[in-house]
Amino acid sequence: MKRDFVLTHLAVLALSAVFLFPFIWLLTSALKPNELLKQWPPIWVFSPTLEHIRELFAPASPFRFWQFLSNTLFVCAFTVTGNILASSMVAYGFARLRWPGRNLLFYTMLGTMMVPAQTMMIPVFLVFRRLGWIDSFLPLIVPPLFGNAFFIFMLRQFFLTVPRDLLDAARVDGHGEIAIWWRVVMPLSIPAIAVVGLFSFLGSWNDFINPLIYLLDETRYTLSLGLAMFQGQYEAQYGRLMAASALMTCPIVVLFFFTQRQFIEGIKMTGIKG
Amino acid sequence: MTPGEKRELRLGLFFVAPYLIGFSVFMLGPLVASFVFSFTDYDIFNRPTWAALDNFRALAHDNLFWTSLKNTAFYTVFSVPLGMLVAFSLALLLNRKMKARPLFRTIFFLPSIVPLVAASVLWVWIFNSQYGYLNWALRPLCDAVNWAFGASTAPPNWLQSPTWAKPALVIMSVWGVGGTMVLYLAALQDVPKSLYEVADLDGATSFQKIRHVTLPMISPILFFTLVMGLIGALQVFTQAYIMTKGGQPGVSTLFYCLYLFQNAFEYFRLGYASAMAWVLFALIAAITVLVFRITGRFIYYEGGGEQ
Repeated sequence: MKRDFVLTHLAVLALSAVFLFPFIWLLTSALKPNELLKQWPPIWVFSPTLEHIRELFAPASPFRFWQFLSNTLFVCAFTVTGNILASSMVAYGFARLRWPGRNLLFYTMLGTMMVPAQTMMIPVFLVFRRLGWIDSFLPLIVPPLFGNAFFIFMLRQFFLTVPRDLLDAARVDGHGEIAIWWRVVMPLSIPAIAVVGLFSFLGSWNDFINPLIYLLDETRYTLSLGLAMFQGQYEAQYGRLMAASALMTCPIVVLFFFTQRQFIEGIKMTGIKG
Repeated sequence: MTPGEKRELRLGLFFVAPYLIGFSVFMLGPLVASFVFSFTDYDIFNRPTWAALDNFRALAHDNLFWTSLKNTAFYTVFSVPLGMLVAFSLALLLNRKMKARPLFRTIFFLPSIVPLVAASVLWVWIFNSQYGYLNWALRPLCDAVNWAFGASTAPPNWLQSPTWAKPALVIMSVWGVGGTMVLYLAALQDVPKSLYEVADLDGATSFQKIRHVTLPMISPILFFTLVMGLIGALQVFTQAYIMTKGGQPGVSTLFYCLYLFQNAFEYFRLGYASAMAWVLFALIAAITVLVFRITGRFIYYEGGGEQ
């Protein structure tokens, strides 16, 4: 037993070192002076420098961190709001209202979740092009306003757990369904709403292919597109690239530490009940 | 329909209206349109012209199409099972009696939330054959092998090598199995302790317990992650776009969706790309059905399983 206990911990420690190493490499490379970056074998102990980070914030830097960050946050804000409002409204319609055709539509929605986005990509692009929305944020922020099948499914499962008596009591009091959705069900579903907000924020923060297709002008790049383009131009400047990668990753890691429970709950919710 | 039903229908449709509109505009319409496009010649600047089955016929003779399919198959066949195996092993390990479980769970989970673009940029540097730390870590291993067998092995050139570029992307994908691990761990913790106790009474070994208790009990979640993993792997795009400059070296990492993207947005062969998109759709549907068929009888649903 004792031996098992020790072995388990040794194995876990060794494996966590393996999983942590890329992070250590990211941070040390971002803080390593240029002349040490291309030393073999790699140097792990050195006096850190902020030169790469300072270069990123220089006025002429092609990686315009603040600009890309504000673009990303702008898109995220719309996506999160849209996804929460629209998905929860639709989820309420699927979970707590009875109407002919409801189940048929719900299962159709589940079925469509398997369809790869690539199949719709080209016509959707043509629609946005016809609307003159290319090189604007609209193709990124408008679709979430119509909800997302994945989030609708998740919220529906959660809404189903709200006690029926509560809804009936509100109906007896003369409240309409909109009021019940907004004032009764939503406040009771804050944990699920938080998960949807979190995942939708992450999805938008990490999204690469949509910005790649729709954003052309550098002033509109999001962080992922900006970082990818920066990598294309400054392939050999590993210090700067690592600094930029670290800057893009840090907010997510910080966010994770504040919302760990929602993260784990969200993964379980989307996985196990799926 | 009674007036009451009509009212119910109107109310229901009102609530799901956002989805219905989105579904028509971003799903149903585009689905029909791309199906039609797949039978046309369309370069975005001129009107599409009818081409019947030309696109599909051309695909069958397109070497790059077959290469991209093979590359994607390689990536899928290795990354999905390997990812599941690693996630399962980590979950088993964390499920044992141990200290600081939340800390280690966090460590294993963290890589899975690193933005894919940032992770790709990072791994290019890790895989750097001259200065990257991976080869720094492998060098002693190679030296040991060389010393023992008189061989002359050297660490691979990873992303510069047509042989090793795909395995490199598989390795990187394994780093991100944290989400799957969290799912498995949650499922493991739901397995009733009594089952293990009974197995103990029967004198089962640890391996037998995993094989006959753990695996059947968590089979629904294994199945779910298998299907989602396959679908995700078949759509691999970002890593290759960033790390290997659109499929290099040669065409060794030209994945299906990368080639599709190039056809659509670089060569503006929209009809051809639409045909590819429908082939992908058909492939994913076929694989999903196949997985359902094959694994169906191995899945154990508690309470009879009407899922």
